[in-house]
Amino acid sequence: MSNVLVFAEHINKAFSKNALVAVGAGREIAGKSGGECYVAVLGSGIEGLANEIAEHGAKTVFAVEHAALENYTADAHAQAIANLAEEKGCDIVVSAASSIGKDVMPRVAIRLGAAMASDITGYNDDGTIERPTYAGNAVATVSLETAKKVITVRATAFEPAAKDGTAAVEKTDAKIDEGALKMKFVAFNETKSDRPPLTEASVVVSGGRGLKSGENFTEVLEPLVDAMGAAMGASRAAVDAGFVPNDLQIGQTGKVVAPELYIAVGISGAIQHLAGMKDSKVIVAINKDEEAPIFQVSDYGLVADLFKAVPEMKEAVEKLK
Amino acid sequence: MKILVAAKRVPDPNATIKVRPDGTGIVTDNLKYVVNPFCEIAIEEALRIKEKQGGAEVILVSLGDQVSQEQLRTGLAMGADRAILVLAEGDTEPVIVARALAKLVEQEQPELVLMGKQSIDDDSNVVGQMLAEMLGWGQATFASEVKLADDKSSAVVTREVDGGLEDIEVQMPAIITADLRLNEPRYASLPGIMKARKKELKEVPLADLGIDTSAQVKTIKIAPPPEREAGKRVETVEELVNLLHTEAKVI
Ligand SMILES: Cc1cc2nc3c(=O)[nH]c(=O)nc-3n(C[C@H](O)[C@H](O)[C@H](O)COP(=O)(O)OP(=O)(O)OC[C@H]3O[C@@H](n4cnc5c(N)ncnc54)[C@H](O)[C@@H]3O)c2cc1C
Repeated sequence: MSNVLVFAEHINKAFSKNALVAVGAGREIAGKSGGECYVAVLGSGIEGLANEIAEHGAKTVFAVEHAALENYTADAHAQAIANLAEEKGCDIVVSAASSIGKDVMPRVAIRLGAAMASDITGYNDDGTIERPTYAGNAVATVSLETAKKVITVRATAFEPAAKDGTAAVEKTDAKIDEGALKMKFVAFNETKSDRPPLTEASVVVSGGRGLKSGENFTEVLEPLVDAMGAAMGASRAAVDAGFVPNDLQIGQTGKVVAPELYIAVGISGAIQHLAGMKDSKVIVAINKDEEAPIFQVSDYGLVADLFKAVPEMKEAVEKLK
Repeated sequence: MKILVAAKRVPDPNATIKVRPDGTGIVTDNLKYVVNPFCEIAIEEALRIKEKQGGAEVILVSLGDQVSQEQLRTGLAMGADRAILVLAEGDTEPVIVARALAKLVEQEQPELVLMGKQSIDDDSNVVGQMLAEMLGWGQATFASEVKLADDKSSAVVTREVDGGLEDIEVQMPAIITADLRLNEPRYASLPGIMKARKKELKEVPLADLGIDTSAQVKTIKIAPPPEREAGKRVETVEELVNLLHTEAKVI
């Protein structure tokens, strides 16, 4: 029997889907290991947030307060999470494999002397774990051989926790050795967008090098994105060329998405790109090269010049409404 | 200033990876190997810091079998000063790599450790963070810009994070892990390659480092991912939108 502690991250005091998926995965893992699921929310002045996530059915939500947790930094958060896990007797610590989860959880693992598995896509009944490797070309089944375990979960592979129960909320002060802190938050330059977040949208329209310029993203692709109420993504080639900001990158080294509908426009379908979108429910490719590998994973493939097809598609989509 | 850079030998990202039918790993016959692309970016960053400061010692470290020499020679040809190869058979799990690096940091006393944010074979993205915690150092992962303070007591690092870019200040010594857009690595020049042959490349068996090398993570099997079938080709945009509406029911 192992109890689970979920680290529920927030950005500027708002939860994203990552936090709910982490709680969902934590509840699943606690169920399979016969323990309880606890949740930790870290920050300063976060009781409201703790109450919010308490509606998602854990045993207890700890509102962990400390001035050093006001802004996210890896060293302070790692101390607070590891100390709480020990104090509350939680042997398994879980978070999303988000940029925060990836940053902090390996430190938590070292503090706890725990074995770690990152970016997992499955937790089996016998406690073994599935995780993709080689850009998704292989799936490894691993077992963590220590009593304590640290896990980050791929957000597309687990269900967000339903709003189906009320956890007790317990306020607690974090134990942090401030003298040991070496990191300071300076600034966050948020990419502003009125569109749904990439990792939460049910439709994602992505553009690649085939778009040829940032201007074409704006003038050709974005009207379709907005007509569909979609989020916009991109290949690494499009990001590297400066057409769009880096946080739109989908793939092995960018974001992993699995929407209901993924439309790849002017993207060839390199394995590193597929690693970030091939679990989408329905995949559409628009590419002028009929040999493009993206067609091998597409449910619907259209061989066409995107500069003609995309505006046409926008019109057709608008007509449907 | 001393900079330690970690570099891993990995399969070429453009190679086709196939899983062995017996589930023990991937097919390695005729596979081409390269320096992990993120490690290459870390090497480049170290060299740029060295050039900007008009001096620094850049020490490469790799953990792997004898053939990892090739990747270290590549890094030396790019301009690193010397290299250490920690000899270990087969795949070594991240925490053991971090322990080995921590030992070398203790011996070499660098002021900065640069590494890639992830290796593209195991895709774990954990070693830098584990090393930082072991050393009690600060870290700046997923770096896309590094600005060292003039007195080198700290660095302001721009990080690629969900939703945008974050700047943090980290005290030195520190671990910085490179993201893709930190820089564009140079190619080794011919004179660079010639010079690299004469540079020091020291080999140390993993067992000689005196660290705990017992496995924490056991790999039970490696399997191919579920196949995704190619669907149908459509001729027109109209047909596509109709099918998405009536057949797939996603719009
Ligand atoms: C370590 C590493 C990590 C990587 N990580 C990622 C990652 O996370 N995500 C990622 O995406 N990539 C990643 N890559 C890069 C990847 O290998 C590819 O280079 C990249 O995905 C290619 O992007 P693209 O498909 O936009 O460009 P290209 O491969 O150049 O494809 C452009 C496509 O556009 C089509 N096209 C051009 N003009 C038109 C037109 N008028 N109409 C219709 N179609 C047109 C072409 O036929 C072509 O298929 C990584 C690479 C490495 C080495």
